[in-house]
Amino acid sequence: MKAWRFFRETVQMVFVGTRAYTLWCAFLLAVIGVGIAFYLKQLDQGLIVTSMRDQVSWGLYIGNFTYLVGVAAAAVLLVIPAYIYHFDPIKEIVVLGELLAASAIITALLFVLADLGRPDRFWHMIPVIGILSFPDSLLAWDVVVLNGYLVLNTVVPITILVKTYFGKEPSRRLVIPLVLLSIPWAVGIHTVTAFLYNGLAARPFWNASILAPRFLASAFCSGPAMAILIFQILRKTAGMKIKNEALFKISELMAYSMFINLFLLGAELFKEYYSATIHLAPMEYLYQGLHGHNALVPWIWTATAMNITAFILFLIPRTRENLVTLNIGSLLIIAGVWVEKGLGLIVPGFIPDPLGEIYEYLPNSTEIAISLGIWACGLLIFTLFMRIAIPIQRGDFVHARHEKPALPPQYERIKP
Amino acid sequence: MLSLGALAGLSLGNLSCTRRAREEFLQKHFREMTEADKAAVIGRLEAQYQQQYGKAVRVGTEPAVPGTLWGYGLDLSRCIGCRRCVYACVQENNQSRGNPQLQWIRVIRLKKGSLINLENSEHYYDPATVPEPGFMYMPVQCQQCENPPCVRVCPVKATWKEPDGLVVVDYNWCIGCRYCIAACPYKGRVFNWAEPTLPPQEINPEVHYLGNRPRMKNVVEKCTFCVQRVRKGRYPACVEACPTGTRKFGNLLDPASEIRYLIEHKRVFRMKEDLNTEPKFYYFFSA
Repeated sequence: MKAWRFFRETVQMVFVGTRAYTLWCAFLLAVIGVGIAFYLKQLDQGLIVTSMRDQVSWGLYIGNFTYLVGVAAAAVLLVIPAYIYHFDPIKEIVVLGELLAASAIITALLFVLADLGRPDRFWHMIPVIGILSFPDSLLAWDVVVLNGYLVLNTVVPITILVKTYFGKEPSRRLVIPLVLLSIPWAVGIHTVTAFLYNGLAARPFWNASILAPRFLASAFCSGPAMAILIFQILRKTAGMKIKNEALFKISELMAYSMFINLFLLGAELFKEYYSATIHLAPMEYLYQGLHGHNALVPWIWTATAMNITAFILFLIPRTRENLVTLNIGSLLIIAGVWVEKGLGLIVPGFIPDPLGEIYEYLPNSTEIAISLGIWACGLLIFTLFMRIAIPIQRGDFVHARHEKPALPPQYERIKP
Repeated sequence: MLSLGALAGLSLGNLSCTRRAREEFLQKHFREMTEADKAAVIGRLEAQYQQQYGKAVRVGTEPAVPGTLWGYGLDLSRCIGCRRCVYACVQENNQSRGNPQLQWIRVIRLKKGSLINLENSEHYYDPATVPEPGFMYMPVQCQQCENPPCVRVCPVKATWKEPDGLVVVDYNWCIGCRYCIAACPYKGRVFNWAEPTLPPQEINPEVHYLGNRPRMKNVVEKCTFCVQRVRKGRYPACVEACPTGTRKFGNLLDPASEIRYLIEHKRVFRMKEDLNTEPKFYYFFSA
């Protein structure tokens, strides 16, 4: 009965909110609607409606998937500095980080589903009723670790929130080990995702052992960049009590991560260009163009410029401790890492193809519409999570027994 | 996630006969089917093809012949790049004919003097006559690796190596993730990006469940050395179609076979041997 009441009130809650909240949700739903319309076309006609072909058989969907796994990993790893540097409020940061991770994982899984040719056979992957080729296939590993991570990152925040709703302290003996477990698990999901590509001898561009470290370094940039923006939005709209000092500390850590990311990239570039074997070709395609094909060249140079600019902005204390330049830097990192790890990582792996053919890939409008729809879905999930989590944590949304009567949620500014 | 997948599945089941759609949806992995399961599936498929193509199609499930391990030989001195093998294969194996046309054999043109660096290969050469001076041709198809990377990466074991060494796909089990395409160093796999187009008058009605039966959209397919033929003692269609005797085929376990003679007496090599995939496809130069 108590659970039912919580559930009912939660559902009621997400349907009301400020004007900005309602408009934001309506906007996201509209983008999702467009995405679904294009996805139905893809289901009906097949993946032929995308730009992908046998030569470049993965594209925008898998690029987004990879990027989002990084976001999911980094969101939880944020807990470490939050703990070490005593960012207040730590419990709120844990809940927010884990809910961001859960949203990112769901979004990443939706991208895999969009890329799957036969979603009707999804059940073939489910152990017992289907066949999951574990441990042979790294994709099977990824399915296992991503779903485990999703469970972990929903169980912890839901436990904390439900307990808070009923006016109780969450059990530390349950929550702390799970939070601690989610930290190595975060490293694990991104490592396994890197190994997915890394293990393919057929694709020299990915078959470099620097791939997994680079994945982690770049995730440590893009994930916190998102967190910095989200913290500020929640501070403005929901009165989240996070101090500027915490944001500046995060940006300092991002400067180090970006340094490592750029250094690892430099190491890879040196090895490929100095030895200049035939395996240089994908790198050449990406940065210079190959035999007159250069679709990705402007993208990667823009991304590199973004990453370097952000690195400088975050390295200099004066610019990193200024909210305007801090936010510019965060946006540059979000976009820069997205290109580097999305199109810039997936597509060159296929160019030239194993028999030397060059097929140039850029996503078409169908892929872009479906991808935007999935991103909107992820943002909506995160927004709804926040819609519940924040009032609970602010003490505005609690079980009747603990409720201060007739006090409408202050930060709501509208009637329930 | 699950319910989304199931929902998508329901909308995909656009066959007129819902019972057939349900049976197809629930169909087991080929290697987990009992003989009775197999018979039921074959019956359903044959009825479906009859309806679709207006022709009796016989779907075989012949297992590997004991004591066989199939190997292929290709004489690079003889190949003239005419692509007859490509089109014989398309006909024999019921590939999609258009939008797009699927081909399991790719003949690449290389400048004489370079064999390893495929970056200078031309895939769409189209002169009035072949061979052209200064060039050589290299047909490439699935190399039926003994250590196939495509099999290892498949998350649902929809593809595997048969006891006679052929790497096959259960088209009804493939989920269309295309990881195998990414893993193959030989471009040995192609994807049905759209519903395959196969005009009824062009269908080859002698098919194998793991080989040339008509495919569906969004699944992967590949060369099987013509599993439907070789398990009945016939040559693959590409071997028969070649006008220059470039293509050789035989049982690697039979010391008297032609392929064993070639390995013994010619200087053979295998493509990308450094990747340790152990192909059973041997290239050689007779002159």
